[in-house]
This record gives sequence, structure tokens and C-alpha cells, in this order.
Amino acid sequence: MFYREAGQFKSSYNADQAILPIAQDRVFVIGVLAVAFAGVPWFIDSYWVNAIFLPFLAYALAALGLNLLTGYCGQVSLGTGGFMAVGAFATFKLITAFPELNLIIVVLLSGAVTAAVGVMFGLPSLRIKGFYLAVATLAAQFFLVWLFNKVGWFLNYSPTGQITMPSVEVFGVLVTGPRATPAARYLFCLSFVALFALAAKNIVRGRVGRSWMAIRDMDIAAELIGIRPLAAKLSAFAVSSFYIGMAGSLYFGVWLGSAEPIEAFGIEQSFLVLFMIIIGGLGSVLGSFLGAAFMTLMPIVLKNFMVDGLAVEVVTAKHVEITLMGVLIIFFLIVEPHGLARMWQILKEKLRLWPFPY
Amino acid sequence: MGSELMFFFETVISGVMAGVMYALVALGFVLIFKASGIFNFAQGVMCLFAALALYDFMAPGGWIDRLFGITLPVWLAIVATIGVMIVVAWLIERLVLQHLVQQDPIILFMATLGLAYVLEGLGDILFGSDVKPLDLGIPQGASDWALDTLGLYVEKLEVVAAITGAVLVTVLAIFFQRTRIGRALRAVADDHQAALSVGISLRTIWVIVWSVSGIVALVAGIMWGSKSGVQFSLSLIALKALPVLILGGFTSVPGAIVGGLIIGVGEKLAEVYFGPYVGGAIENWFAYMLALAFLLFRPQGLFGERIIERV
Repeated sequence: MFYREAGQFKSSYNADQAILPIAQDRVFVIGVLAVAFAGVPWFIDSYWVNAIFLPFLAYALAALGLNLLTGYCGQVSLGTGGFMAVGAFATFKLITAFPELNLIIVVLLSGAVTAAVGVMFGLPSLRIKGFYLAVATLAAQFFLVWLFNKVGWFLNYSPTGQITMPSVEVFGVLVTGPRATPAARYLFCLSFVALFALAAKNIVRGRVGRSWMAIRDMDIAAELIGIRPLAAKLSAFAVSSFYIGMAGSLYFGVWLGSAEPIEAFGIEQSFLVLFMIIIGGLGSVLGSFLGAAFMTLMPIVLKNFMVDGLAVEVVTAKHVEITLMGVLIIFFLIVEPHGLARMWQILKEKLRLWPFPY
Repeated sequence: MGSELMFFFETVISGVMAGVMYALVALGFVLIFKASGIFNFAQGVMCLFAALALYDFMAPGGWIDRLFGITLPVWLAIVATIGVMIVVAWLIERLVLQHLVQQDPIILFMATLGLAYVLEGLGDILFGSDVKPLDLGIPQGASDWALDTLGLYVEKLEVVAAITGAVLVTVLAIFFQRTRIGRALRAVADDHQAALSVGISLRTIWVIVWSVSGIVALVAGIMWGSKSGVQFSLSLIALKALPVLILGGFTSVPGAIVGGLIIGVGEKLAEVYFGPYVGGAIENWFAYMLALAFLLFRPQGLFGERIIERV
């Protein structure tokens, strides 16, 4: 009844090629953005921002990046944690070396540094495929984390082995450090995520994105129709690492504030982000967000339910939580291997016919 | 012999032994990948789970003790653990794999990651998460014979592991080549559809394969558990086995052995002769880099089946 595109006629090519061709979708997205930008900051407090919103935003950006590489270009990567570490350490080095540099530029530069590193570790993808590549990307994960942990220069010779983000202002408002208001930190991250989600949506429906998808579906056939695998694969690695680097930068700079390389950027991060895109939906921008939301909220809900609701001991609850997480992951894969994004699509199909299905 | 050279030999020997230990874990991966094309990330956790169960059956205060008031002797505990692993394999097939037939390999891979979480959590809930010393009477310490006659320092445990590994591989090779089930397994590995059409039951085969790799996991779990105690970090040896796996090729049993030896020796030599110059602790990533370098020349690993792509 409400979700029906009958009667929405397009009279120009531009209208036909709009990102959201259906009016209801446009309204919905604009509504979500309006609430996120103008509504949430009024209610947000320190707990919500640290426990839910900032992790969600940082992971959503990382998931978006990995989805560009794995979902759209078909190159499975387990190096996400390592690339996030590159972004975080680039931010740390840049902000401590040039304190007067605007944080926005620092985050973008961190993405660029990560993109360069990503291309380097993407080179083997030209020869190695499938699971061999996935395991090979673990080399990046272990090597990068080891490098940051061992070489004192990256840590600014910090005796604790931790890196700590200084308090930084953007346009006169404090966004990092302990004295920054929750709303400022949240809005800073949200702006990045919203902007780059839009960019991603556009990249994947343009020439570049189509060449990625051709490579994903069958790289030899793609080569035969004139797509250069070198350019396509490396550009996927570059763009994906750019996103993941920015995510690492926000993850460390705005959310955590201080980090220790092995703890914060371990292989669990790589798997976590991979789970997000699988559960959210491979090859879907929306899916990256749904997956990130699901994987951020689920442990919190499970823990609150067990510790507060059932009064289970914290240690036992942790074990049960791990088990349940595994069970839920398997359950989701069995019920809908194409992820939450596909569920949303099915729901939309149903909505079209509601309330008179035939 | 000069002491330099002796030291070199000692390093190589301990590398070979470590390599056998890696190969034991990698074997489990290869078995499952060959028969079902599943990249089973839960193999490391299966080692942990098997070792935990084994320890629990023998320990006072364990499940057997609580239920029946007895503790099992070593051999009976091993048999019981093998039973547990077979039940686990059957459950995995029933509850997970059966519903995921015909899905993309990456979906199956993620499912095994989920499985790893489940087994890890269950292991903790059932058997407790503290470090347990596993003592099956396997000799420990340096071998006196090697120390006296050759002047070499060789761990007894590692010798036992190497012999066990060799026996295991021989038994598996005979099982694969000579028995009826082994032939069926190879048929399934070659072509699922063709195997189905000649009347081989895929589901039975999968249960068998997962049981066999569960038993291999038990052996690996015993060896690693005797070496460093049964604890959570045992499940991380899966990460050690991965470079072995890509080096040797996902589908080759000999590849797992040779790959394990190359990685073990390379890692030890690098740690001793190259590590000090870059700050040490390089064994985390060196194996991966080594494997990566090999892959650039042979993308399917040393012994993997040649990848033929058609449009």
C-alpha cells in the first residue's frame, strides 16, 4: 500500500539512473539521515556513543571497504585488522608530527597511506586466487601488526607499547580525547561514514565497479572482454584499503583513544569484519551497515540478557556468549546465505503486495 | 664437528620436529578439503576440544568421575575421546553441513568459523577454561642417547611426535589407497556428482571424513597438549598450519608433510639467524611470507592439483 512504485514515471535519463529510483526509498534514506544527523545527537550520551554508535560507525566503514574488495571484486581478504592498524598508526604519526593539521585531512591521508600498503599486499592477487589468496593476506595481518609492535618509531618510543590520541579540535570543536562531547565525536564519524557510503554506492555502479564485478564473476572471461585484471584488482585493493584505513583511523582516534597493536588489531578484527559482510550480505552497501549493526549489537544484547536478565555469572556468560554467537552465525548462514540485505529485499517485495497479496 | 655446525644441526632438527607437529594439524585440513571442498577453520579448535575431552576423561573431577565415580585409564580415555569426536562429526554433518550443500565455498568457510566459536565455547563450558597439563606418559626432556653419542640436544617428545606423525600418515595412505571407504573418499574428492551417481552416499562420506580429521585432531591435540599444556592457545595452532597448507597445496597429503617440514625448518633457521637483527618474534609472520614467496611461483602450492580455468 505504502511501498509501491506504480505511477512514478521517469522523464529523463538522469531520473532513470538515480541512486534510489523509487521515491519511498529516497524518503526513507533521507529520513534516516535526518534522524542520524539532527535527532540522535540530542539524546546521545557517553555510554551509547562508546558502546554502540562509534563501534557501529567505525565497523560499518571497515565492512564497507571489505565488501568492495570481497563482495564486489571477489578477492577474499583476512588482512582487515592489519590494514586498520595501518590507518590507526598513520593517524597517530601524522597527528603527533603535524599537530596543526586538520583532523579531516589526517583521516583522509591515513586512508591514502593504507591504500598504498593495500596495493602492495594486493599484488599477489594477480597470481593467487581463492583460499590461497585468503591465507596469503594473513601474511599482511601478522606482518603489519608485528611491525607496529616491534619498531619503536611507529609507537613514538612509547614505553607502554600503546599509542594514545591527543585531543584534537576540528573547526573549533573538540572531537577526540577524553574531553570531547559524545555528540561531536559521533557527528564527526557519521559525516565520514555517510559521505563515503554515498561514494561507495556510486563507485560500484560505475565503470570501475562493473569491472570489479566482472572480475568477481569470472576473471578469465572478464579479461577476454577487455577488462584489465591488473587495474581492476589493484584498484579494488586500493579503494578497499582506503576505506579500511579510514575506519582504522576513526576506530583508534575517535572511538578508542588509545590502542595497543596486538590487542586492538588482531586477527579477530579481520574475522569480525568478514562476519559483518557475510551476515550483512556480500556485494551490498546496505548489507555492510546491517552486518555491522548486527555484530555490534548482538554481543551487547546477549550479555545484558544473560548477566542482568538471567543472573548468569560473568565468566560463564562469556563462554555462553561465544557459543551462542557461533550458533547464530551458523543459523544465519543456513537460513539466508545471502545475508540480511537479501532479507530486506524479500521484505520489500512482500511490502509491494501488502495488504493484498495475490 | 665444530660447535657452530652442531648448533646449525640442532636448529634444523628442532625445525623438522616442529614441522611434523604443524603437519599433523595441516593433515586434518587437507582431509576435509579434499573430500568436501570445505576450508575447515575449526580444525585448530577441534584439536583443543579433543585434548580437553581426553584430559577430562582421565582427571578426577571430570565428567566420567562425576557420573560413574571412576577415572579412565589412558587407552580407554583415548577410545572414549575418539567416540566423542565421531559424535561431533556426526552432529556437524547433521546440523550444519547438510543444510549448506551447494553453497559458495566462502559461506562454508564462514560456517566453520562459526563452528570454531561453538566448539570453543562448549569446550570451556563443559571442561573449564584453565590450563591443564596433559600427561600420557610420553617421555619428556632431552634424549640422553643423542646427547651422549652425537652431542645433539633432541627433545624426546618431538621424536615421539615425529614417529606418530609418520605412522599416522602411513595408516592414512593405506586407508585411502587400499580400503573400500578410502576409494569412495577419493571418488568424492574427484567429483561429487559422479560419486553420487555411482551410489556413494555423500553424507556418510562426510561423517567419515570429519571423524577421521577429528581423530587426527586428537593426535595433534595430544602432541601439542603434552608439549605446552591444554589451553585456549592450542586452538591457535590452526593459524600455524595455514601457511603449511598453502605451501603444500590444499589437496595433497604429502604436501602437508613436506610443507610442514619446509615451514618448520625455515622458521627455526630464520628465528635463530635472522631474527636477532629485526627484533625477534618473527615466527608469527615468517611462515606466511615464506609460503607467499613459494605461491608466487606455484599458485596451487607445491603438490596441489594444477588449477585449470576455462571460460
